[in-house]
This record gives sequence, structure tokens and C-alpha cells, in this order.
Amino acid sequence: MCLGVPGKIVEIYETNGLAMGKIDFGGVLREACLTYVPEAKLGDYVLVHVGFALNVISEEEAKETLALLNEIVNLEEEISAQD
Amino acid sequence: MDQKLWNGFREPKLVQAKIRQIQKIVTRPWTIMEICGGQTHAIKKYGLDQLLPPEIEFIHGPGCPVCVTSLELVDKALQIASLPNVIFTSYGDMLRVPGSTGDLFSVKANGGDVRVVYSPLDSLKIARENPEKEVVFFAIGFETTAPANAMCVLQAQSLKINNFSMLVSHVCVPPAMRAILSSPTNRVQGFLAAGHVCTVMGYWEYPPIAQEFRIPIVVTGFEPLDILEGVYRVVRQLEKGTYEVENAYSRLVTYEGNVSAQKVIQQVFEVCDRKWRGIGVIPQSGWKLRKEYAQFDAETRFDIQSIVTQESPLCIAGFVLQGIKKPYECSAFGTLCTPENPLGATMVSSEGACAAYYQYSRNLPVPKMNHV
Ligand code: SF4
Repeated sequence: MCLGVPGKIVEIYETNGLAMGKIDFGGVLREACLTYVPEAKLGDYVLVHVGFALNVISEEEAKETLALLNEIVNLEEEISAQD
Repeated sequence: MDQKLWNGFREPKLVQAKIRQIQKIVTRPWTIMEICGGQTHAIKKYGLDQLLPPEIEFIHGPGCPVCVTSLELVDKALQIASLPNVIFTSYGDMLRVPGSTGDLFSVKANGGDVRVVYSPLDSLKIARENPEKEVVFFAIGFETTAPANAMCVLQAQSLKINNFSMLVSHVCVPPAMRAILSSPTNRVQGFLAAGHVCTVMGYWEYPPIAQEFRIPIVVTGFEPLDILEGVYRVVRQLEKGTYEVENAYSRLVTYEGNVSAQKVIQQVFEVCDRKWRGIGVIPQSGWKLRKEYAQFDAETRFDIQSIVTQESPLCIAGFVLQGIKKPYECSAFGTLCTPENPLGATMVSSEGACAAYYQYSRNLPVPKMNHV
């Protein structure tokens, strides 16, 4: 249960005073509580633990991390091309 | 952030490059502990331990809440779930966890009303729909499930749902790290900190541990590249002799964590000593409900008589959870003890070390490959 699942917010509403949302997990829709991510907007990706979204996933950081990793590969290829 | 971007963290070309990078900097053997059972699962699933240079040994940490929930509490759960007026709700994983005299499944088979839920919110809903019944939720977990449980207690209070209570078995990661490092048998030289715990708690609790025990700690995610990046950064520090806290999971983790979740946890729970299955009591390592919320505490609500617990004499899960033994060193592993018929809790959940070994590498130990 510590493995949070990333999904996309497709609907936001309120139930019993709690911010709730419909989350799309790769085609499967499930409800999650959004009270801990007040900044989340429609279309954002959130990490959901046992029915509660706990974080908005930073797309920027994800891209940056992958870009850095790709750079290593490119660098390696350049070096081996020079050999 | 769509699935494609997320899948980027499994890209084989990048995985191989990262492994080569680790090979380049490693000069001697290092033992690294991944705290979280989710990471243990990923390491076995993708065979990362086999792909990495032989110098690097993973020690699997106690980070599976199903596995460390104490036998006493499991036995209490069995007693409460057997009561005639109770609907006992739990995550599915807990149903097969062996207590001293059976498991929740056997309670269900004997007529107990045991239901699997996905979230404590489901349990709250069952309580509203069944006002004549006592509905109990087995609130297990690390810092990742605490925000959900805390919010449900607040909801139960504000909606006046008086037939709802929780059997709380919350455990916290940093005290467990301290306990492992303080043990005379400790072999851990670097930590992959559990990324999803840090999404809630941030990593402000770690610098004092890193300094005190002179150990590098890297906040690490769950995809193959995340784990390898965590390993790379730990090894880089070990080779240099530094002991800093680094964050290799920046797309989800910030230093402060989710502050509003931490506040709600604080409001509802307080720190307590907690017994970990197979390990024993770790001081200040759990959360229990504050006095103000005692009416939602199943332990006070149900008068449970003293329990005599008994573990299977064959099970060495305590050593497995502390990284002293590997699952395949247990005489019952894969024969008397399987996921269908577990003797110990670490064989139950897919996040448990014994189950991860069983599922992905039954023929262990196998020789390590030197190159990829
Ligand atoms: S294989 Fe089964 S009996 Fe052996 S340590 Fe693991 S859980 Fe316990």
C-alpha cells in the first residue's frame, strides 16, 4: 500500500465537506480525496495512496530528470564514437 | 505528466547506461538498504540486484507494513473480527497474515463479517450504511497511509459516525532506520530512503540521522531508473566518504513534504512506542490516536482479553526484516511457507521480502553476472 499510484484528475467535486475527484488511472476511473492537494487542477497528475491524493506530480521535474539521464547516454555515445 | 513520460523511467537504454555509470565508480563492496518493501519488490521484479556490479549488495529493509504489524495486534484483530456485531474492514493483504490461531480469512470462513476495502473512506461509508453494527478498520501502514486514516477520524467525528473505530498499527520509518543503525549486527552502509513516505513527510527528518551515523541517505523512487539513480548517488557518496541527504525523486518529493497532511496527522495521532513483528519494540516508532479521539480507538472500545501469541518456530522473518538473513536461508522458504500458505508475515504481501523472492527468484541463490 506504500506504492502510490499516479493518475490524472478528470473531475473535481465536494462530498460531505471534503474535496473529492475522479481520477483516471490509465483508463480505470476511481474516486480519491483531494483535500491534501488544494493546488491540484483538472488535468493534473497526482499520486494516490489508499484513496487520498497526496502530491501533484511535477511534470517539469520528471522531464528534467529524464533529460539529464539522456545526456549521459549521448555523452557515452560521443565518447565511444571518438574511440 | 502522462503515462509515456512516467514510462521513461523504465527505458532500457537509460537503465543500461545508469548501470554502466555505477560500474565505473564502484571500487569495493558496499551494502545498501532499501527501506521500502515496494522497492524490494521492484528490485526483484526487474532483477536489478542481478544487473548491478557484484560489489553492490542490497539488504532489504523492514518497510512493509503488513509484515511488521505485531502478532499481538493481528491476534486482537482476529478477536474483534470474530465478535458477532462487528464488520471488520481491512486491506486485502492483511487477510492472509498468520496470527497465533489462524488469519482473518479463517475468521471470515467461520462466519465473521470481514470485508476488504481499498481506502479507510470505504470503511467509513460501510459504517454510515450499517448504523446498527460496529465497523472497525485495521489501520496499518507507514507515513503514507496516516493522512488518510487521520482524515477519516476527523470525518467520523464531524459527521457523528459513532459506530466507527480503528485498530491502529501505525509505524514510522526514521526511528526504524535509527534502530537498524544502532544494532550491533548492522551491515548497512547507505540508505535508499522510501520515496513515497517522503512525499508525505519530506526529508527534513534525515539530516540528523545521516550526520550522527555518518551514512549517506538518498530519497529514492520506485521505477527501475529511480532505484538505480538512488544506488548511483549512494555509491558516489560512499566512494567519496561523504554522508549527505540527497533527493533523487524530485518529481514527487520536496524537503518539507506535504505540510497540510503532516498537520492533520499531528492533530489526530501522537508518537508512541511500537512493537514491530519479528523485531521487537522500537521506542517512539509508531503513532497512536490522541486521547481526544479515544472513542475511535478499537483497542479501548473492545475489551480484548490478554492474548498469548505464538509465532511459527521455523520462521526467521525477524532476521530477514533486519537484513541479517536472506529469505532463501529459511528452511521453510518455498516449501512449508509459500504465499498461498504463509508461515510468516513477510511471505504475505507482495511488498514482503520473502514473497518478493518467492515470486521472482525461486531458484536463488544464483551467481551474479558481472556485466550487462
Ligand atoms: S520464508 Fe516464511 S517462514 Fe521463512 S522467514 Fe519467510 S515468512 Fe518466515
